[in-house]
Amino acid sequence: MTVIRQVRLLGEDVVDIAIEGGVITAVGTDLPTGDHDVVDGQGLIALPGLVDLHTHLREPGREDAETVRTGTMAAARGGFTCVHAMANTDPVADTAGVVEQVWRLGREAGYCDVQPVGAVTVGLAGEQLAELGAMADSAAGVRVFSDDGKCVSDAVLMRRALEYVKAFGGVIAQHAQEPRLTEGAQMNEGILSGELGLTGWPAAAEEAIVARDCVLAAHVGSRLHVCHLSTRGSVEIVRWAKSKGWDVTAEVTPHHLLLTDELVRSYDPIYKVNPPLRSADDVAAVREGLADGTIDIVATDHAPHPMEDKECEWNAAAFGMIGLETALSVVQQTMVDTGLLTWAQVADRMSTAPARIGRVADHGRPIAVGEPANVVLYDPAATRVVEPADTASLSRNTPYRGHELPGRVVATFLRGHATVLDGALTEGVPA
Amino acid sequence: MKHLLSAGDLTHEDALRILDTAEELLGVAKRPIKKLPTLRGRTVVNLFFEDSTRTRISFEAAAKRLSADVINFSAKGSSASKGEGLKDTALTLQAMGADAVVVRHHHSGAPHRLAHAEWTKGAVINAGDGTHEHPTQALLDAFTMRRHLNDGVGDLAGKNITIVGDVLHSRVARSNALLLHTLGAHVTLVAPPTLLPVGVEHWPVETSYDLDASLEKADAVMMLRVQRERMNASFFPSAREYSRRYGLDTARMNRLPEHAIVMHPGPMNRGMEISADVADSGRSVIVEQVTNGVAVRMAVLYLLVGGSTEGDTE
Repeated sequence: MTVIRQVRLLGEDVVDIAIEGGVITAVGTDLPTGDHDVVDGQGLIALPGLVDLHTHLREPGREDAETVRTGTMAAARGGFTCVHAMANTDPVADTAGVVEQVWRLGREAGYCDVQPVGAVTVGLAGEQLAELGAMADSAAGVRVFSDDGKCVSDAVLMRRALEYVKAFGGVIAQHAQEPRLTEGAQMNEGILSGELGLTGWPAAAEEAIVARDCVLAAHVGSRLHVCHLSTRGSVEIVRWAKSKGWDVTAEVTPHHLLLTDELVRSYDPIYKVNPPLRSADDVAAVREGLADGTIDIVATDHAPHPMEDKECEWNAAAFGMIGLETALSVVQQTMVDTGLLTWAQVADRMSTAPARIGRVADHGRPIAVGEPANVVLYDPAATRVVEPADTASLSRNTPYRGHELPGRVVATFLRGHATVLDGALTEGVPA
Repeated sequence: MKHLLSAGDLTHEDALRILDTAEELLGVAKRPIKKLPTLRGRTVVNLFFEDSTRTRISFEAAAKRLSADVINFSAKGSSASKGEGLKDTALTLQAMGADAVVVRHHHSGAPHRLAHAEWTKGAVINAGDGTHEHPTQALLDAFTMRRHLNDGVGDLAGKNITIVGDVLHSRVARSNALLLHTLGAHVTLVAPPTLLPVGVEHWPVETSYDLDASLEKADAVMMLRVQRERMNASFFPSAREYSRRYGLDTARMNRLPEHAIVMHPGPMNRGMEISADVADSGRSVIVEQVTNGVAVRMAVLYLLVGGSTEGDTE
């Protein structure tokens, strides 16, 4: 049994939390500690274990960039107890076999529950539906389907996918990128792309798909989730769809909450990501959207890449940045320290809501008696300067090198077992 | 100034120093022995990831006339297309002790990356990167304009320069717009709307979709190369339509003021953006641009590599 002493629950009241057998057994003041393990929670806040709806773990296929084990270690260090592993592996997670393999690797590592995302189409090729039902019925129990990295651009295929997953409560998570409008695209299309001579990725290419998919989801009465929404126009479209009562949810990444396309001036591909970093006005819009609930969740889009795919010229570099270990800090800096969100709302945006969208039963639960003991302890008063080598990930492509970020994850509990304690990884809890 | 990456990095003073130096060095080309000892013992590497014979030989001639050792490194078609090549190539050049690297690359920003990633210590000179910039082309164009429009001295204050064609994909247009603005000229970019970049309204230029309206006050007209492939990507309906609306033929040339010059960075698509008659006319300074290119590149190498003694202590 573990007792966490004098922690501020959701950043509010100071309480003690007792954990036993993977479950929260008591929440109150001055709980008896006896000879139990005691974790001093003074100065810390307690949040439900974070849930990431958008993680690239790269295994199988690119174990040089990340494995399920290293990715989930990074997740634990970031305060996550559940991550959704995207399907763009090699082979693609488009069969029950592959999703079960990824799910099992997560259990064996024991740092974080891994909920595989199934591909919408075979091989992410956008031509034929993958066996969505088989993945849903597999041990992995897939509920989120996405061709992320590629857009399901064919309108009929998207319609069918949205319809089909209704049979098992699934959701289509769309990477909204109109492919013809973004051929060869390298960065946000705007004043800067013209100046830098880099092919533009227009906001319209995202917004056109978001708008189409909202309308399609409404038409067939299904659930749509918009991945890594990045523009003011997309926020406005999702706001409109929600005002109609349509079942549309959306995510924003930490980097789109903080960074702008001005960074591309350096031509340093560490800032190359898809969707691209946008303008300061877009950043303001996604913050507003996250604050007012138009954007439901923060998802990391943690995208590890080996060094050689970033130490090159811009066009030759890979898209993506890692983000599991910095996500909560970036959300604190952009949303909490600015007064846009309370910690209770952060718990919603980073745990409760993503678990609900992903239909993950044991995560995103309140910190209350009888609930699974998935808890993160966080010190919001700490600060740190990001050092790329200080990561559990196999990759170091963080855009925050040298940035001072607030906060530090002190402990992460997965079903009552510490995966991180005193800021350091434990041995994990392999199944 | 350590590198020459963008024409926008040049101050008015920098630009005039280069043009004035080039004016002096132009005399060297007219001597029987076209050589100065200025860069003796220095190594200049021409690192070309993209074919460009005319730019490479221009830099090569410039470096040799200053007595530098010249190494031509053509990386096209090698493993360099993979990207990691840029870093390894730079480390190799650094190990060989390159004092200046003249880099031509098919990707925008590659010279910038080479200069700032700490892979090489030498001066980096952008000899054209993707659809970004080509600053020495802009310098030689300004040099040529200055000789014709301002007796080879001072800047280009108040001159009207019209640049016509595929601005969207043109590194020449970007560099010229920036440098000509610095030199006080009034620049008008003329193109179909599909070939003007998003955000061009924030450039220090005017834009127009109508070539005819932009001719009567022009002191110089610069025609940009338009690749016929653009037609297949629907930037314009056909080569003939482009040529009718935006090509410079004799009738249009005759509407220019008496003193106006016609320029083209080459290679030309005769019959597309410029008619053969215009290209070969007395107004055309296209061949002279090539000659001036060597002098301007000599000036850039002299000022970046020979002008300071910083590089002497390796």
